Amino acid sequence: MQHPIIEIQHVNKSFIQRGGSDFTALQNVSLSIQKGEFVSLLGPSGCGKSTLLNLVAGLEKADAGSVTVGGKTVTGPGPDRVVVFQEHALFPWLTVLDNVAFGLKQKGVGKAERESIAREQIKAVHLTKFADRYPHELSGGMKQRAAIARALAMDPEILLMDEPFSALDEQTRLILHRDLEEIWMQTGKTILFVTHNIREAVTLSDRVVVMSTRPGEIKKEFMIQATRPRDKADSNLYHMENQIMQSLADELEKVVKEEMGDEYSLQEKRLSDPAADHVGSGI
Amino acid sequence: MLEATLQSLKRLLIAFAIAITVGTTLGFLFARSRFLDDTLGFLVIALQTIPSIAWLPFAIIWFGLTDTSVIFITTLGATWTMAVAARTGIKNIPPIYLKAAQTMGTGMGWRMFSQVMIPAAFPHLITGLRTAWAFAWRALVAGELIAKGVGLGQILQDGRNLGDTSLMLCIVIIIAVLGTVSDHFCFKRMEDKILVRYGLK
Repeated sequence: MQHPIIEIQHVNKSFIQRGGSDFTALQNVSLSIQKGEFVSLLGPSGCGKSTLLNLVAGLEKADAGSVTVGGKTVTGPGPDRVVVFQEHALFPWLTVLDNVAFGLKQKGVGKAERESIAREQIKAVHLTKFADRYPHELSGGMKQRAAIARALAMDPEILLMDEPFSALDEQTRLILHRDLEEIWMQTGKTILFVTHNIREAVTLSDRVVVMSTRPGEIKKEFMIQATRPRDKADSNLYHMENQIMQSLADELEKVVKEEMGDEYSLQEKRLSDPAADHVGSGI
Repeated sequence: MLEATLQSLKRLLIAFAIAITVGTTLGFLFARSRFLDDTLGFLVIALQTIPSIAWLPFAIIWFGLTDTSVIFITTLGATWTMAVAARTGIKNIPPIYLKAAQTMGTGMGWRMFSQVMIPAAFPHLITGLRTAWAFAWRALVAGELIAKGVGLGQILQDGRNLGDTSLMLCIVIIIAVLGTVSDHFCFKRMEDKILVRYGLK
């Protein structure tokens, strides 16, 4: 087997909460990702999936364990793994073109060359008409496209995506799913994709890693074996979706209890089903 | 009179340039270092409340009744405001811009400062610039009233010595017009342009 491009071994990470107590975001998490793989991290909010992505990005440091990318230990952010954030994070003072070219400028690429690369990437995300606009003039979906183009312009080995489409409306999201899949198939990048949307994870990824919460651990992995490009109507995908839903049920229960108190339960709800209260009433 | 106006403007511009550079640098340091902010940052707030003309006696002892004295107090008048504005501006940059920039390889040094922090803080910086400009004018005229050399404040003083009220009024009008025109055509324009570009207006 090929050597994995991202290797996460026995990673722990905790944060200090406002009260001063520790909050364990990740506990003994190990994960390896092969080159060219599309992996999704899926889990309820607070399960540490974004933290894990930040560790790979080098934006945060693990308390214990190691994160290596391409055989090298991650010590800080690097242009070989670019992050696409939930909020596009485009710079409002630059045009789309300059935004996309920004990373290349940092690499020291000449003006003419970086503009031609940037234009190419902008074309790939279908934004050619808007290259000279400022970010605030674009719609949410277009901003996110621009952010993807900006990441791709750096030609990174790895693309890290932190809930990139969660702020978009459903239609826009579906279109972006298709476009992202296309880009992934053309470029063969390794993509680590964080989401809380099961459908999104299943339609896009080769492998879905389900995380559990408090403490954040890897609960189960699902290989999604369906043809590419993915067909929304593929029964295989529905099947996977249901399986993942089941494995997430316990986690949701935990989150709900945390937020609403112990008396609230998703699973025991059936006991107070009105139909059960009226047994025999028709006699 | 033209000579005096030019001389005054020259002093003003020199002092303003120094104030902006020092002020922005200080503001940047305060925004980045908690320790500096807690110690020197407090001092800067205290310094900001001192009318810069209060430093003129010191300046006269250190530099004599020269241009340097006037430039010194003008600079002091503008620096602190600029520092406070820059600090607020840089502190208010959404952290996501910094994260994004880091992943694209800016590092945390000069490139981050010049290419991300300064433009990101620009809306705040412009407000700082406008206030600093106004403060600098005040300090300049006050300084020139007392110090020697050719300048608007000096003509004002001459007017007093000659009992020529019309001359004095004339100078006051020149000061007002210069201040307004520069603010309107330079800073306000810049501000409007930037607000539109950033999508804030």
